This record gives sequence, structure tokens and C-alpha cells, in this order.
Amino acid sequence: MALLADTAVLLGKELRTEFRSRELLTTTVVFILVIVVLFSFTFDPSVGESRRFGPGLLWLSFLFAASLMLQPCFLREQNNDTLSALRLSVQDPFSIFLAKLGANTLFLLLTEVLMLPIFAILYNVHILAVFPQLVLVLFLGSLGVAIPGTAFSAISAQARMRELMLPLLLLPLLTPVLIASTEATSGLLAENPALRIDWLGFLAGFDIVFLTALWLFGEYLLEE
Amino acid sequence: MTAPAFAPTGIRFENIEKRYGGLYALRRVSLEVAPGDCVAFAGRNGSGKTTLLRIAAKLVRPSGGKVNFLNSGGEETDLWAQTGFVAHATMVYDELTAEENLLMFAKLQGIAEPGARAAALLEEVGLSERRGSLVRTFSRGMRQRVAIARALLNDPSALLLDEPATGLDPEGITWLANALRRMRDAGRTILMSLHGESEISALATRAIRLDAGSVVADTRARSDMHAILTFAGA
Repeated sequence: MALLADTAVLLGKELRTEFRSRELLTTTVVFILVIVVLFSFTFDPSVGESRRFGPGLLWLSFLFAASLMLQPCFLREQNNDTLSALRLSVQDPFSIFLAKLGANTLFLLLTEVLMLPIFAILYNVHILAVFPQLVLVLFLGSLGVAIPGTAFSAISAQARMRELMLPLLLLPLLTPVLIASTEATSGLLAENPALRIDWLGFLAGFDIVFLTALWLFGEYLLEE
Repeated sequence: MTAPAFAPTGIRFENIEKRYGGLYALRRVSLEVAPGDCVAFAGRNGSGKTTLLRIAAKLVRPSGGKVNFLNSGGEETDLWAQTGFVAHATMVYDELTAEENLLMFAKLQGIAEPGARAAALLEEVGLSERRGSLVRTFSRGMRQRVAIARALLNDPSALLLDEPATGLDPEGITWLANALRRMRDAGRTILMSLHGESEISALATRAIRLDAGSVVADTRARSDMHAILTFAGA
């Protein structure tokens, strides 16, 4: 129970500081918007073409936005050595990860849901009928990006050349999540929309495996 | 300061060693700090002062040796939870108010009635009127007061202070010295790393000089303390 209570307190802190500064949300929303708008000019977004390219493009923009969002996640804790204060205060260091993971997933999901209507209009795809299923795929995909992303953010924050380190570690690892998320989104945007349980299961499995690894080894990532 | 509700804590360092690759930050440091002692660590940058304090705070894992916390009878005990740590970085969030910072850390530490404790400490450090202001709007001295208040949340019996006077103006140093004097007089054990002599170093009952990760001088004599604290490069 202490783990959940600490996580709730820390998640509250993450949300409060972000909504006060709006540093991450503004950057990522603008970044995704630029990519989505830019690509809508490069090819004729007919329904057929959008179904072929749209999901990949969408997840690629989410991935780049996520790497922008994840970078400062632990870096911000270094400004005033607040990570040390957290480590001295929490009963279980996993609560620090859980709170950051929750905040990252929430911010990412919020950005994605904000971008969906714009994507639907610019790329001429219908998402209203499959919106709940789409949100489920976005949630599992975002969680899949955020779990290793949060872990690697903790590692790279203590490294030299940290700006290079995070994408270098993260992008190869996220390839399976991207493929599964793109395939699952593709299924939902197809002429006959279908929720691809196989890819959804893959995403859930990926999330569980990496969350367990973070729970087991996360404490060591926070050590100096 | 609030009435002490803590058991006096001593700290024993046994053969503490810390290596970063091939570089030794600490070389088999052994020393014992008695409950209620106020120890000033001096030494050049990189001599191992910060590493030793961070090991005592359990923020850094030693490569060898161990740290034990002792009760007033000199027996090993699990009193680590009753330590407070202040670094030269403030260890509080600029984007939160002073009150929000203290409230959050109080909740994380499982302190009963966190709101009342935060309010009492803000009063104690003279920041009651600015409790709703974001920490980023504070001066360095005010931030350090919030840092001290955070370290006192659990009413610690031992305080670890890593260059607590960094960046403080003379007024801030006087405030900090008075606050530390009250804590020392209340029976708290204090370990602090310092650069040179000041009102704060005058509080020390013992001075230890570190050089290249080893203890090279250790005294309780006031006259020798001056030499240790003002050693060239200290």
C-alpha cells in the first residue's frame, strides 16, 4: 500500500509541475502537429493511401514526440538534486518509476488523443466508429514506449552525451512496439475495421515483461 | 526548534572505500562520531567529503566497508531513518511552492499530520508568509531555508550537511549558524562538510581533514581546528 500511496503523491507532483510549466505537452503537441501537417502535403491523402501510410506515419510521429518527452523526465530531477531527496523519502524506489511512467504515459496519450481528430481530417480517415478501440491501442502502445523510455531516461540522465544516449538505447528496443502498434492501428483503419487481438496481445506482453524488469532492476538505475 | 523526539544517534564508519573505476574517492576511512557531536569535514575539492556524507545518507553505495548507526549506548541500531540530509543543491522543486514541497516530502516519509508538520517547519524557518510562493521565486537563502525544513521533516537525530553555506550571503550564513546551533544544542548529531572558517565552522566540536580520500587530521582542540579548517585550499 505504501508503494501505491507514494506513487499517487509523486504522480500528483509530476502532473502539477507539468501543468504549471506546460513544457513537455506544448513541445510534443507542436512537434506532432508539424509532422502530420507536413506529410499531408507530400502525398495525396486519398482514403486508400491514408490507410496504407497513415498508421506508420502516426506512430513514427508519436515515437519522435515520445523521445522528446522522455529526455527531460529524469534530467529535471538533477537540477536541484531532487532525485536524492526522493530516494531518501520513498519507501520503495519503484514508486518513483511508477509515477514517472504514469505521467509519461498520460502525457503521451493526451497528446495522441488531441492529434487524432487533426489526423482524421487531414488524412481523410474515419476514426469515430473505432475510437474506443483506437484509444486502447494507443494506450498499450504508449505504455510500451513509456516503460523502457522511463528506464533509459534514468540511465541517460547520469551519462555523458545524454542527448545522444537516450534515442540510441531506446529506438532499437522500441521497434517491436512500433510494428505491433502500427499493425493494430492499421487493422482499425482498414475498410472493414477489426481489432487485431494478436498484436494487442503482443503489446500487452511487451508491457508486462518490461514493467516486471523495471520493478526488479529499477532501484539500481537510480544509484549514483 | 521543536522539542526533540529523537534518540541520540552516533555514526560509525568502518573501512569505507569508494572507487569510481580506478579512481579512489575514499580509502579505508574509519571513524566514529559520538551522539550529539558536531563534526566539520574539511579538505580540498575532490578530497572525499561529499562522498563520505552521501554514503552516510545511503545515497551512494560504498565499494567496501560499512556505516553503522549507534544509539546512546554505542550499540548498532537502525536509526538511519532518523537522519536528515542537506546538500549544496536545494533538493526541492522550483515549480512547487514551499508548502507543496514540504507537504509532498512529509507524505512520502509517512509523517503523521503532514500539513501541520509542514506549517510548523515553515514557521520555524521564517517562511510562513511565503509558504504559497513558488520556490523558484525565492532567493538562495530562502531556498536553503526550505532545504533545511525538508531535512527536519522527520525530526532527525542526525543531520548530514554537504556545504550547506554555499551561495549564502552573510545574513543567510548567520541564520544558518543560529539554526544549526539550536539543533546541536538540542542534541542532534551533525556532520557537515565546509570550505574554510565561518560562523558555521565555529559550531564544530570536532574537525576532520580529508585528503585524497583519507583522514589526515582529526581534532577536538579549538586551536588545531583553526589549522584544519583554514589549511591552504580548504
